[in-house]
Amino acid sequence: MVNPEMQFEVQDTTQNPVKLGVENLSIKYGSETALEGVSFNIHEHEIFGIIGPANAGKTSFLKAINRMDMFNPEMQVNGKLEFSGHDISKVRNVYGLRRRIGVVFPLPVGLPLSVYDNVALAPRLVGEKDKAELNVIVERCLRRAALWDEVKDRLDSLGSMLSGGQQQRLTIARALSQDPELLMLDEFSIAVDPVTTMRIEDVLKELKSEMTIILVTNLVQQARRLADRTAFFLDGKCLDVGITEDLFTGDVSNQRTRDYVEGRFG
Amino acid sequence: MFEATRINHKNLSRQNMFRLLLGGMTALLILPVILVLGTLIYKGAPVISFEFLFANPTNGMTAGGIFPALLGTILLVIVALLASVPLGVAAAIYLSEYAPDNWFTRAINIAIINLAGVPSIVHALFGLGAFVIFFRFGTSILAASLTLAIMTLPVVIVATRESLQAVPMAFREACWNMGATRWQTIRRIVLPNAVTGILTGVILEVSRTAGETAPIMFTGAVFFLPFLPQGVFDQTMALSLHLFVVSTQVPEMPEAVPYGVALVLIALVLLMNSVSIALRMYLRGKKKW
Repeated sequence: MVNPEMQFEVQDTTQNPVKLGVENLSIKYGSETALEGVSFNIHEHEIFGIIGPANAGKTSFLKAINRMDMFNPEMQVNGKLEFSGHDISKVRNVYGLRRRIGVVFPLPVGLPLSVYDNVALAPRLVGEKDKAELNVIVERCLRRAALWDEVKDRLDSLGSMLSGGQQQRLTIARALSQDPELLMLDEFSIAVDPVTTMRIEDVLKELKSEMTIILVTNLVQQARRLADRTAFFLDGKCLDVGITEDLFTGDVSNQRTRDYVEGRFG
Repeated sequence: MFEATRINHKNLSRQNMFRLLLGGMTALLILPVILVLGTLIYKGAPVISFEFLFANPTNGMTAGGIFPALLGTILLVIVALLASVPLGVAAAIYLSEYAPDNWFTRAINIAIINLAGVPSIVHALFGLGAFVIFFRFGTSILAASLTLAIMTLPVVIVATRESLQAVPMAFREACWNMGATRWQTIRRIVLPNAVTGILTGVILEVSRTAGETAPIMFTGAVFFLPFLPQGVFDQTMALSLHLFVVSTQVPEMPEAVPYGVALVLIALVLLMNSVSIALRMYLRGKKKW
C-alpha cells in the first residue's frame, strides 16, 4: 500500500542543479582512514540523507565540506568537493564559504550568550550593527525554527537556560541567521524529545524550498520520512546512494544496505 | 531488610575516618593564617593611626608615618600590572588559541613554568642588568616594576591559559562553523568566558608583587627618601623593603612599628585583591553556562 502523502512528497530532485559535487573524496586522520572514495552529487532543494552506524565517516564528511580540516592538522582531505561549482579546496575566503553553510550539531551548542545574541551573532560577525535590522533577522529566524512563540518574552535570558529541545531549535535559528545555501544537520535529534523532533522535521520540510539540506541521521526512519535521496555509509565507504524509498523497497546494489535499513545490524 | 552488613559498617567507619582526616588537614592549614593575622593585629593595631598611614617617617624612621612606602608599593604594583597583564594575557592567548601543538610550543610552555621557579634574587640581578644598566632606566620605579612584572609573568600566563582552555571546545567549533575568524571567536566567545580565571591570576600577582623585597632592592626601592616620587624614573620607598629595614637595620626601633608596617602591607594586599574578587564575583554572576 503506497501512502498517498508519501507519494506526494516523492519528486525527482536529481533534475535540479548540483549544489555539492563529491568526487572520489577521502578523509584521513593521520594514518587512520575515516572515509574513502566517496562520489555523488547533492542537488539543490533536496534533503539528502546520510545514514550509517557510528564510525562510518558521516561527521567527517560534514567537517570536510565546511573546511574544518583547517583547525585539525591531523585531518587530510583528498579528492574533490565542489560547492555550487567551486572547488572548495581552492576557495581563498573560507569564512565566506562557511557563512553559506549552516551547521547543527548532535548536542545543542547554545553559545554562552542570550537567546537574542545567539541568533544575532552571525549577522554581527559580518558587521551588521543596525539594531532594527538585527531585530528583524532574529525574529524571522526564530519563527522559522518554530521557537519564536516560546522565547519571544525572554530573548535576554541565556540560550543555555532553554530546554534541550529549545536549544536545538535555537541552534537551527542561529544556523538560519547565516542565510545559508546549504544546511547540514548532524544527528540533530539525538538529545531532543520526540515531539520537538517532529516539529524540527516539519521545519526542515519547509526550508527545503529555500535551501539544500544534508541530514546525517542515526534514525533510519527519519531519513525515510524526510530525505529525497539517501546515502548509506559503512566503515568509511559509501555503499549506496539513491532515492530514499529505493533503499527500503527497491533494488539496492549492496545487501548490507538492506540489512542496515531493516535493522539487522546497527 | 535494611540491616547493616559488615561491609556497610566498614564503609561507614572508613568514611568517617577520612572526613576527620581531611577536615583536620584543613584546620591545620587555617591555623597559621589565624595565628599570623592575630599576632599582627594584636601587636600592630595600636600603632595604626591616620598619622602612621599618611605622614613621612621621622627620627630615623622610629617615629612618624609610612606614607612614602605605602604610596611606593601601590605605584610599583600598578606599573607592574600595566606591564605584565597585557603581555601575559596576549602570550597566553597566542599559546592557547593560535600556536600549533608541536615541540616548540611545548618547550615554551615548559620554559614559562620554569620561569616561575626562578628565585626572586635572580630576577633582581636580571632586572639590575637589563633595566637599570642596559636600558638605562636607572634605579627607578620603572625598572623595579618591570623586574616584578617579569617575575610574575608566568603566573599571569599560566592562569590565563588555564582559563582559556576551560572554555569548551564546542563553543569555538560552533563559532568557526559560522564563518567566524579565530580572533572573532576569541573576542566574542572565549575571552568573555575566561575573564574570571584571568582575574584570579591577577589577584595572585598583586599579592606576590606587593610582598616581594629582593627584586626591588637593587632596581628601584630605597631605605629612605625625604620626598615622594614624582614619576616612574624616580626611586621610591616600598612597604616590603621598609619592613625589612625597620625590623633589622634600625636600632632602638619601637617593637610595635614593624608589626604595624606588616599589618598595613597585608591590609593593602587584601584591599587590592578584594577589588578584583568583587569584580570576579560580579562577572561570575553573569557567567553564561
